[in-house]
Amino acid sequence: MSGWINSLLAFLALLGRWMLESTQHTGRMILFTGAVFLRLFPAWTRPRLIIQEVYAIGVLSLVIIVISGGFVGLVLGLQGYNILSKFNATESLGVMVSLSLVRELGPVVTALLFAGRAGSAMTAEIALMKTTEQLSAMEMMAVDPLRRVVAPRFWGALFAMPLLAALFSLVGILGGYLIGVVVLGVDPASYWGQIQQQMSPVDDVLNGVIKSLAFGFVIGLIAVFEGYDAEPTSLGISRATTRTVVLSSLTVLGLDFILTAWMFGT
Amino acid sequence: MDSYIQFERVSFSHGRRVILDQVDLVIPRGKITAIMGPSGTGKTTLLRLIGGQIRARSGRVMVNGLDMGRASRSELLAMRRRLGMLFQNGALFTDLTAGENVAFPLREHSRLPEDIIQRIIALKLQAVGLLSAADQMPAALSGGMSRRVALARALALDPELMLYDEPFTGQDPINLGVLLRLIASLNKALGLTSVLVSHDVTEALSIADQVFVINEGRVVGSGSPEDLLVQKAQSPFLQQFLDGVPDAVTGQSETEARNLAVALGLGVPTVPMAEQESVQ
Repeated sequence: MSGWINSLLAFLALLGRWMLESTQHTGRMILFTGAVFLRLFPAWTRPRLIIQEVYAIGVLSLVIIVISGGFVGLVLGLQGYNILSKFNATESLGVMVSLSLVRELGPVVTALLFAGRAGSAMTAEIALMKTTEQLSAMEMMAVDPLRRVVAPRFWGALFAMPLLAALFSLVGILGGYLIGVVVLGVDPASYWGQIQQQMSPVDDVLNGVIKSLAFGFVIGLIAVFEGYDAEPTSLGISRATTRTVVLSSLTVLGLDFILTAWMFGT
Repeated sequence: MDSYIQFERVSFSHGRRVILDQVDLVIPRGKITAIMGPSGTGKTTLLRLIGGQIRARSGRVMVNGLDMGRASRSELLAMRRRLGMLFQNGALFTDLTAGENVAFPLREHSRLPEDIIQRIIALKLQAVGLLSAADQMPAALSGGMSRRVALARALALDPELMLYDEPFTGQDPINLGVLLRLIASLNKALGLTSVLVSHDVTEALSIADQVFVINEGRVVGSGSPEDLLVQKAQSPFLQQFLDGVPDAVTGQSETEARNLAVALGLGVPTVPMAEQESVQ
């Protein structure tokens, strides 16, 4: 009997500790977000730093985005052709591939890849700077690390994400063209014509851009926060990078549902 | 004596653990002051309090007339521009070359033309004897070289106050000699006020004008190195710390040493185990 009570008490203690830690973590994140927001515009006094981050975060993620976009487009083209051919509607392949990519897969898959490639790198870099006292050294030189290190990386993520998502969708549409038109013989005029007729620049393209901006915002924020808040040990860095990828991915998927319901819900 | 830094009944704690307990210190202007004590006694905390990275739980820290507990953000930043700090591991920016590390505070706080910045980099690196390493990345530098580049970076803005956090730890004898000479000569040549946190007794005492010894959050000895040697006679802790005597070695018998070896699994017991158990 006492063993059962002890187990229950241990469970409650564990639950309590977890809730306290989660609340503290959330509180720190809110304070950090406020502090970063105050430095977002002052960070533009050094635009070169932001351009460097767009390069480090965006340009260096190009390969993985282009390859993934190509394969997703190929698969969408193949699956779409198989389904549409049952209804003699293969001429709609172009619009099916492009809508799937621009509205949904482009922003979401890019965001997931971005969290794994760039988000984890940002977290690890900032956490390592903290561990090796580089951030402390900046503070002691009267240089604000939030303005010098964190804000440019956040801007970098915000700029890079919509551009990468657009590129992902573009390469995906080309992949769909390759498999649908070149390999399976769909009429090229139908492929492009349907895209032009059926896709709305506002409802589809703009909403996709808004989604990718929102994903860039949350991934950027989570990545820089987890790096800045990391315990300054090797285990702390490893935990922080893992948290960045897991938290960013789950947040992106949850946010995607909310945004989709808001943008495309009836 | 003109003081640069004053600690007035300063206390600081991490959670329930008291790091500093009612500490009073006066650090004179233009001198080298060593703060010594065993590891984990709050020496680095003192430096962080001076730099304003943390605030005291109670008491007052005054740096050049500025109350660090009440200083505004802009006052704190202005104070830090007159301060240089050498971190224990150098804390060089790993994505910048040695020269760019030295240029970092200049680029952040001045609008000097590039050719002047290049000349200052050369001057500062020359002062620490590493002009040839200007284009090297920190990963390519040895520990001693990294620390000297970090020293050049700390001196870039011609500070009034230099803080050194364990500058001698892990240095080979040659680098150690170079660092000692540099710290002493820079302090004299530039008229700096230097605060040196260290547990390397011989090295710290050889260059310090004044010494504070801290143990368990309190100042247990202070004065010139000569004063400290006099105080040592009256304080068992000072004697043990300054002479580097490990705990409970004096009078340890051969039997005790053997039993310790047995406990560590490195030897055979002096008394048979059965006999030991019956005694217990």
